[in-house]
Amino acid sequence: MARTRFQQGLDELRARLLRMGGLAEQAVDRACQAYIDRDLTRCQMVLENESHINLAEREIDEMAFDLLAMQQPMAVDLRFILAVTKINSDLERVGDQAVNIAERVMDMVELDKAELPVDIARMAAAVSAMVRRALESFIEGKAELAQAVLEMDNVVDRMRDEAFITLVKTMNERPAVTRQALDALLIARNLERVADHATNIAEDVIFWVRGADVRHNVAPEPPLPQTSVGEPH
Amino acid sequence: MGVGIKVEHLNAWFGNTQALHDISMDVPANHATAVIGPSGCGKSTYVRCLNRMHETIPEARATGKVRMGEVDVYNGTPAVQIRRRIGMVFQKPNPFPTMSIYDNVAAGLKLNGYRDRRRLDETVERSLKLSALWEEVKDTLRKKSGASLSGGQQQRLCIARALAVEPEVLLMDEPCSALDPISTGKIEELIFQLKEKFTIVIVTHNMQQASRVAEFTGFFLLGKLIEFDKTEKIFTTPSDKRTEDYITGRFG
Repeated sequence: MARTRFQQGLDELRARLLRMGGLAEQAVDRACQAYIDRDLTRCQMVLENESHINLAEREIDEMAFDLLAMQQPMAVDLRFILAVTKINSDLERVGDQAVNIAERVMDMVELDKAELPVDIARMAAAVSAMVRRALESFIEGKAELAQAVLEMDNVVDRMRDEAFITLVKTMNERPAVTRQALDALLIARNLERVADHATNIAEDVIFWVRGADVRHNVAPEPPLPQTSVGEPH
Repeated sequence: MGVGIKVEHLNAWFGNTQALHDISMDVPANHATAVIGPSGCGKSTYVRCLNRMHETIPEARATGKVRMGEVDVYNGTPAVQIRRRIGMVFQKPNPFPTMSIYDNVAAGLKLNGYRDRRRLDETVERSLKLSALWEEVKDTLRKKSGASLSGGQQQRLCIARALAVEPEVLLMDEPCSALDPISTGKIEELIFQLKEKFTIVIVTHNMQQASRVAEFTGFFLLGKLIEFDKTEKIFTTPSDKRTEDYITGRFG
C-alpha cells in the first residue's frame, strides 16, 4: 500500500481516539453507578480521571494537526481526521458531564436520602448505550450503526422532559427534598447532554463514512447539472 | 473574455495506441479547470487536443467534437487560427534564449505581422503586467535576454508571451513542476487573477495545486475521464472509488 507512514498515523489516531472513548464512557458509567450506590469513591475516581481525558484530548488534537500539516490528506482521509477532531472534542465534554454528575452525587450524599419519582438508572442505561454504540459505529466505520444512535436521542430527550416535570412537581409538593430533587434534575440534564454528544459523534461518523452532513436535518446540495463524464459510475 | 470549451466523445490515438477514450468534458468559460491523474492517463493528450497540438505528432490522430465558443476546432478552422485563440504554457519555461524580454513577449505579435511600435509597446507592457512580471523587468526590457531570468520569472515571461496575442483560453501543462514554492505561489496567484479574463485549463500532478487554483477538476485514468465535478467535491467527497483511491495516495 502506498503512503505507509500516513496509514500508520491514521491507525494510531484511531487507536488513541478509541482509548479516549473508553475513558469517557467509563467516566459516565462510574458517575451513574455512583448515583445509584451513593458511592463517593466512584465520584472521586471520576474527578481524578478527568485529567487523563483532558490530556488525551490534547494529544489527539496535536496528532491530527500534524497529520493535516504534514500529509495533506484528501477525501475520506481528510473527512476521517476532521471527524476525529470533532469526536475528540465531544468525548472531552462527555468527560466534563461525568464530572458534573459526580459533583451532584457528592452533594446528594451529604443530604438525607430521598425517594424521588425519577428513574435516573434507566436514563443512564439508555445514555451509556448511545455512547457505546456511537463508538462502535466509529470502530466499525458503519454509518447504519451511527444512524441508529441518532434515533435514540429522542427517547432520551423524552426521559429528560418527564424527569423535569415530575421533579418540579416534587419540589412544589415536598419542599424538604427540593435540593435532592434539584440535584437529580441537574443529573438528568447532564445525561441528556451526554446523549447529545453521542449524537454528534454519530453524525461525525456518518460524515466520515458517507461524506454527508446530516447535522440539523439540512438537505444536501443538489448535483451540478453541467457535469458530464465519459463513463458511468 | 474567455470562452467555454465543449468536448464531446473525444478519442485520440498515437499510432495504434488509443490514448483517450470517449471523453466528454466541458470547460466552463472564465474559470480554472484542473485535469489530474497518474502519469500516462491522457491528461496532457486531452489538453493538446483542445488546441490541435496533438496532431503535430507523427501518426497521432483524434476524433470527436471540440467547440471553443462558436468555433468548431476540428471542422473547417485552420489549426493556426485555433492556436492563436488558445495560448499554451508548458512544464519547462521555454523563452527564446537569444531574444530580449521585450522581443520574447512581442514575438507572437510580430509573427502575425504587427509592426506598429506604439501598439507593440502597449501590448508588451499590458502582458507583462497581467503576468505579474512588469515591476521586476520594466527597467531591463531590452537589455536582458529571456534566458537571464530566474525559472519562475521565465515561466511568467512565457505566460506574458502567450497572453500578448490575446487568447481566449490559456492551457497550462504542469506550469509549476519545475518551480520553487515562492514562484509556484506567484503563478497560482496569477491563475486566480487571469481567470477573470481568460478560460484556464491546468494539467497538474500536484493535487494541492489543483485544489488551490481550480473551481472544477476532472480525474483521468487509463485514457478515460472517471469523474468531473466542482473541485471541492472531488477533493472532499469524490463519487468514484478510483478517484478517491488516487487522491488519497492509495495508488498512482
